[in-house]
Amino acid sequence: MLYRTAGQFKTSYRADQALFPIRQDAFLLGVILLCAWVIFPLTASEFTFQTILTPILIYSLAALGLNILTGFAGQLSLGTGAFMGVGAYACYKLITLMPWLNPVVAILMSGVFSAGVGVLFGIPSLRIKGFYLAIATLAAQFFLVWLFEKWAWLYNFNSSGAIQVPNLDMFGLYVAGPQASSMTQYYLVLGITCLLTWICINLTRGTLGRTWKATRDMDIAAELIGIDLMRSKLTAFAVSSYVVGVAGALFVFMWRGAAEPNLFDIPLSFRVLFIAIIGGLGSVLGNYLGAILIVGLPVVLNTVPRAIGIEIDSALVEHLNIMIVGTLIIFFLVVEPHGLNQLWRLIREKLIIWPFPH
Amino acid sequence: MTAYEPYTTTDGRTIGGVLMEMKNITLRFGGVEAIRDISFDIREGEIRAIIGPNGAGKSSMLNIISGFYHPQEGEVWYKGAPRPAMKPYEVARMGVGRTFQNIALFEGMSVLDNVMTGRLTHMHASFWQQALWWGKAEREEIYNREQVEKIIDFLEIQAIRRTPVGRLPYGLKKRVELARALAAEPSLLLLDEPMAGMNVEEKEDMSRFILDVNDEFGTTIALIEHDMGVVMDLSDRVVVMDYGRKIGDGTPDEVRNDQDVIDAYLGVAHG
Repeated sequence: MLYRTAGQFKTSYRADQALFPIRQDAFLLGVILLCAWVIFPLTASEFTFQTILTPILIYSLAALGLNILTGFAGQLSLGTGAFMGVGAYACYKLITLMPWLNPVVAILMSGVFSAGVGVLFGIPSLRIKGFYLAIATLAAQFFLVWLFEKWAWLYNFNSSGAIQVPNLDMFGLYVAGPQASSMTQYYLVLGITCLLTWICINLTRGTLGRTWKATRDMDIAAELIGIDLMRSKLTAFAVSSYVVGVAGALFVFMWRGAAEPNLFDIPLSFRVLFIAIIGGLGSVLGNYLGAILIVGLPVVLNTVPRAIGIEIDSALVEHLNIMIVGTLIIFFLVVEPHGLNQLWRLIREKLIIWPFPH
Repeated sequence: MTAYEPYTTTDGRTIGGVLMEMKNITLRFGGVEAIRDISFDIREGEIRAIIGPNGAGKSSMLNIISGFYHPQEGEVWYKGAPRPAMKPYEVARMGVGRTFQNIALFEGMSVLDNVMTGRLTHMHASFWQQALWWGKAEREEIYNREQVEKIIDFLEIQAIRRTPVGRLPYGLKKRVELARALAAEPSLLLLDEPMAGMNVEEKEDMSRFILDVNDEFGTTIALIEHDMGVVMDLSDRVVVMDYGRKIGDGTPDEVRNDQDVIDAYLGVAHG
């Protein structure tokens, strides 16, 4: 009954094409935004910011980037971690070469570099598809991580070979580095995530999104109705890598504080890919649900048994986490290939007609 | 080029000059000659059928028209000028729409999105306008939605506009595919076996839609079809192909009485 749509009539195509044609959806989003912008920051502890809120947002953003490429445009990529790395290293170079640069501008600009690299490694997609393309992006993954290690200019010839985030301030407030507060960083990440999500929603529901989906579903038909496949694929690579690169810059500058090349190795790529798959390929919301699950699960496993008095070994938590995530991935691939997003859609459909079965 | 005088058909449609002309087309795949030295033309406003037994080269001919294959010899003239070798998407943007023998819809999208995708060639908002859903991007979405709704009304698929295409039955999928092709407002519409696998009722519906499209929008239509009854009833002129050669060309009556065509295709009376 809460979700009843009866009586909500549309009298113009503008109203029918609004972002949330159903009033309850808009209300729900309002509640979530209120939580994210006001309630969580007021109540969260330092620990919550560092282990849950900020990483969920960053991982969601990275998964959203990957989802544009894999879920919407149908081009499988295994190089997400490396593209995050490109964003992080680009941001580091921008900040150290131009210390006067506003950190937010630097983070948003660093995505441009990863977009460029993404387009470059996306060129093979014009010729090859599916698994073969995945292998090509895997090559990007290994090559880029190797480059982060060997090209000393990237980390300013540090003896450690790692990048260290310096103290950065914006209008007198530290936003990155050891002195920045978690809440400031959370707000920055939240702002950028909201902005990019909104842009991605617009892109995916408009002309470009339809071009991508057509390329994904039936590329020959797409070409014969007037879609330039090269343009379609390369814009998908560019937009995807941009978002992934920004997520990578946030990952290091707003959360980790430092990074070694192997941080961006293949486990990170797979982690983001799992989030996208569990959340649901071809959806925007799913990335958030997937990230909440993947990031939240180990925290829950760590804290809940202890809270109810069961002492659980941290190594066991680690193992349990891997086992549960693995099982979930198999479960979703078999039972619900469209992921958590589809689950939510089914629940919503049921809610709309509740309490009647039809 | 043969010069034609425009004329009006018995049912009141106007057939104009030549829209597309195939001149001495030869297409080879390695050593196999799929099409050998074929010439024919398509006039504005007419329904032109291409018939022939399986493997005669009909689909290859359609693929040449839509720019998917490039003939080794011969020229394609379109709107009075020779057409250079083009990519299929460029041909589509010049106003050639088509449907496919095996349905080629975008299965993951709703009917509405499929038909909207058909209008891509009419949408020009820049990347940033789309990203911000601002100005031209929003206006185009609304304007094109109106146009799409007209086509949805025309083909009577209002009830399924929100349904994902993957869930539709075969006959409706064929109709959605026609809707997607029509959405582009093509000057020339290519239909590759629009009635394959349909029952009599569905064939009648589809025939009616084809005639209506031709009549209401004045769209020139070139179609491939195996059902002789349908072809003879619908089309103004028929090209008959066999083993990559043209063996007949003319009105349905002329073709029906042509001895070569009867021998090759319509069947020879033995005995």
